[in-house]
Amino acid sequence: MKLGLVVDLDTCVGCHACATACKQWNTSGTIGPLSDERPHGKDPSGSWLNRIHSYEVGDSPHSKTVNIPMSCMHCETADCVTVCPTGASYKREEDGIVLIDQDKCMGCNLCSWACPYGARELDPDSGTMKKCTLCVDRIYDEQLPEAERQPACVLTCPTSSRVFGDFDDPDSQVSKLTRERAGQQLMPELGYNPVNTYLPPRNPKQQDSIAVSPMQGVRQLVNRIINR
Amino acid sequence: MHPAFSVLIFTVTSGAGYGLLAWLGAGQLLGYTQGFIVAQQLSLGIVAMVLISIGLASSTMHLANPKNAWRSFSRFRTSWLSREAVFAILLYPVAALYAAAIFLQWPSINLLAGLSIILALVTLFTTSMIYASLKTIRQWNTPMVPALFMAYALISGGSLFLAVNSFFGALNYQLLAVVIGLVLITLALKLVYFFWQGKPQGATIQTATGFSQASVRLLDAGHSAPTFLNREFGYQVAADLLLRLRIVMTLVTFIVPLGLFYWVFDGAGRTELLAVAWFTMMAGLLLERWLFFAEARHVVRLYQGEQRT
Repeated sequence: MKLGLVVDLDTCVGCHACATACKQWNTSGTIGPLSDERPHGKDPSGSWLNRIHSYEVGDSPHSKTVNIPMSCMHCETADCVTVCPTGASYKREEDGIVLIDQDKCMGCNLCSWACPYGARELDPDSGTMKKCTLCVDRIYDEQLPEAERQPACVLTCPTSSRVFGDFDDPDSQVSKLTRERAGQQLMPELGYNPVNTYLPPRNPKQQDSIAVSPMQGVRQLVNRIINR
Repeated sequence: MHPAFSVLIFTVTSGAGYGLLAWLGAGQLLGYTQGFIVAQQLSLGIVAMVLISIGLASSTMHLANPKNAWRSFSRFRTSWLSREAVFAILLYPVAALYAAAIFLQWPSINLLAGLSIILALVTLFTTSMIYASLKTIRQWNTPMVPALFMAYALISGGSLFLAVNSFFGALNYQLLAVVIGLVLITLALKLVYFFWQGKPQGATIQTATGFSQASVRLLDAGHSAPTFLNREFGYQVAADLLLRLRIVMTLVTFIVPLGLFYWVFDGAGRTELLAVAWFTMMAGLLLERWLFFAEARHVVRLYQGEQRT
């Protein structure tokens, strides 16, 4: 299995719901609290496992706002795992999820240096590294109804622009979406082989020129004169 | 990259210590320490081990959860940091045996001197590879980084070797000439590094976002106050200040010590100037290491709105 996410950049509205749902679920999940510094102060800071960046792509007037949510890509070539000196950082053989053993991490920051996607953040309180778990404590929980065995970010997304699934299965929804919508990896040239895939925005439909009948033309002319 | 002071101290002082140990061991093998009394050889070794130990102690200061530091020996097969920890610790018993061999005049002293040189150089190499192996920082991901780290250790260890020897009244002018040559080579390497670093290359905001055919600008970074990622990777220094600091660094690390060395070599300067040269070089190397971090631009900065690294 190669579990991961597909994020549709066409429909993501940048509402940050995935980030807050992630924080809410994981702060009481297997990796312990995601602590904050000065949560009610002027410059609140803390560890988050998912962050959303908004970009302007293209030049005005042909530009578009694109929101890119970023969490761990569960890379196939995960340098964050190989650089870890303590063995706290590991990639699961069975499903490819990259995790951090909180009991082994010594907080040297080297894995966060090795990650090109900013997926790892040091917890200011415990001094250990925190990262997306792909909600490993949800997706295998048989107490939950089957439809809810998905990452918190996927369940909460109001535009359904996040899809969770197995990339090794060619018939899974994530594989189909990647195929049909030409899904792509971020920064592929670094060679990390990220599993999470981003679907580029669809091309806007070509606007057909509207045929105007002579009567409508007269009406538009009259309207323009009256408005003036 | 944010320059953590403990890491600057660690790499500079332990570098000088490993370099000094290598010079001492090489002296045993090549014969230039033959005339040294036991106290002189031992004090050289002790100075080296004290510098190494200060550096290693300082390196643990930047750990956020040091109680798990003992686990860092466990991933020798993949992690350069783990390899560094193993070799750094392995050096201690070998250095202790080497000291005993000097003191008791053991016949196996050449073997122990050779082992000490190898372990010192291997530890230096593993330290530099922690940085050079990161594909995310193009300024570090180059074979020049290990070459420079080894060169810095050899010139700072070499000048300290000369300074301690001049204190014992036994300055070897041939070695001084060798150190002058090494400082010149290191300076040339560093200038090549600066030149190469200035070339635009590597990942851009286009490859980072996947929009390779359009201009991409950050509208919103997604947080209202600096995060761990901003603090760790977003370290920003004005470009003109960096340029001025590069010039100061080159003067203090290379040019001033070279001048002092030549003054002593010429016979005009007092040999105590060698100690001055060493302290100057160490101050310069601290600034060099600070620049090494301050000028390193991690690719995460592309997601924070930077156009290229």
